[in-house]
Amino acid sequence: MTDSKSYNALMLDHYRHPRNFGNLERPDIAHEESNTMCGDRIRIEASISQGMLTDVRFKGRGCAISIAAASMLTEMLKGRSIMDLKDLTDDDMLKALGIPVKRTRLNCALLGLKVFRKAAFGSHAEDDLMK
Amino acid sequence: MRSDIRKDFPILKRRIEGKQLVYLDNAATTQKPIAVIDAMANFYKCSNANVHRGIHTLSEEATTAYETARNKVAKLINAPNPDHIIFTRNATEAINLVSQSWGKTFIGKGDVILLTRMEHHANLIPWQQLAKAQGARIAFIDLDKQGRLQLNQIKKLLQEPVKIVSLTHVSNVLGTINPVAEITSQAHEAGAVVMLDGAQAVPHMPVNVFDLDCDFMAFSGHKMLGPTGIGILYGKRKLLNAMPPFMTGGEMIEDVTWENATWSELPWKFEAGTPCIAQAVGLAAAVEYLQDIGLDVIREHEYDIVNYAFEQLKKIENLTLYGPGPDERSGVISFNLAEMHPHDLASLLDEQGVAIRAGHHCAQPLVESLGVTGTARASFYFYNTRSDVDALVDAIQNARKIFGL
Repeated sequence: MTDSKSYNALMLDHYRHPRNFGNLERPDIAHEESNTMCGDRIRIEASISQGMLTDVRFKGRGCAISIAAASMLTEMLKGRSIMDLKDLTDDDMLKALGIPVKRTRLNCALLGLKVFRKAAFGSHAEDDLMK
Repeated sequence: MRSDIRKDFPILKRRIEGKQLVYLDNAATTQKPIAVIDAMANFYKCSNANVHRGIHTLSEEATTAYETARNKVAKLINAPNPDHIIFTRNATEAINLVSQSWGKTFIGKGDVILLTRMEHHANLIPWQQLAKAQGARIAFIDLDKQGRLQLNQIKKLLQEPVKIVSLTHVSNVLGTINPVAEITSQAHEAGAVVMLDGAQAVPHMPVNVFDLDCDFMAFSGHKMLGPTGIGILYGKRKLLNAMPPFMTGGEMIEDVTWENATWSELPWKFEAGTPCIAQAVGLAAAVEYLQDIGLDVIREHEYDIVNYAFEQLKKIENLTLYGPGPDERSGVISFNLAEMHPHDLASLLDEQGVAIRAGHHCAQPLVESLGVTGTARASFYFYNTRSDVDALVDAIQNARKIFGL
């Protein structure tokens, strides 16, 4: 494979073979949002049992960065306590992605995380977390 | 055209991530020749002052420079008189001026505003807002599969109470050049006024408002080598005189009391507040530069580049090209590579120094009607060469490899 600074093998693999892709039968939380600038759309669903995310699924369409990030996010979320996940930062997401994300593509990289925060902590979650 | 023309544009020497910049985003904004940069710098160094009201030498010089710019723009598009030229902030503001001032005065309940399905948001949303405010209705001329206007619809559409036909001269997504003279004459026969969005036309080909007979035309300075912050509205005097001011305040008044005011003559009636003086100076230098080369020469050069680009891009497997063939279009080419998101393609091209635009290009309904959420768009100008096209093709092939397509 030819080298690229903005796309590494791991994230391209997540893009081509997204993990935890699909829907849950009876999700406890779910949210869907799109990024109108580029038409990316991500839905995240999760099952919660005793405060733990027992299962997570995502569905969506979009660029390699938004799909790969959402796919990686589902792996980061599974099995974690929902209260702990309040501390999951934008930087954690970007670090997991492992590529330098330019300002113009930040919304793509963080769309999945934004959708998860709204699913888990309500529609004002983003504002609260930005404080 | 001079072979050393690229030397006039300092930015074209830039390197991006170690690679030579290949600038193919000219439909968004064009680069500036040193003549424009110097003209603005010299104005600020030597003649800067506010216009029209000062008695001192600098104000005199600034006023002359500002009004000379108006003259040059009038001559560029063959407007009969400089007072037909109104300087605005950008082309969008020029369209809003017409929709707010002319529209609120002459469009009423049940009237029809005729647009096309290829309009930029700038020539769609101002009319949506006007239609909502006045109880008017918007109708659209549809496109055929090649992205051309279905001209056979126009006659029927004009049987409705159409008050204005507002359309783009050249599509910023499909590159289609519309037969605007023909449409204007049909619209006039039906008693409608015609406004042209000339933002993608005036920089790229000879545009003659007298021959086209359009009533209004909006275009923008920064898409024709000039600075940002200046747009142009051309209007027929009779219409402009019948319109109320768009914005009010200083510069646009004749006589003011505590209770009332009267308006300046054209064009100043529509230029409230301190205008874009340095920008006008830059625009004047840009117009001079363009006329030195010749708009017909520019058109010919772009035609050659687009033909070549078409040939080369067609060879790329799984690449979809949108819009008509090279004979009916300007230097704008929209495309998609297989299922790849255009933003990914644009990022990978950027790594190779190739600057293109990706997304819905401020024409969301049009792009969605193509069945996609966005396209990649390469747009050329006279300083682009065939080797820029080669660099684009190489960069697309490189992107294919990285994505394993």
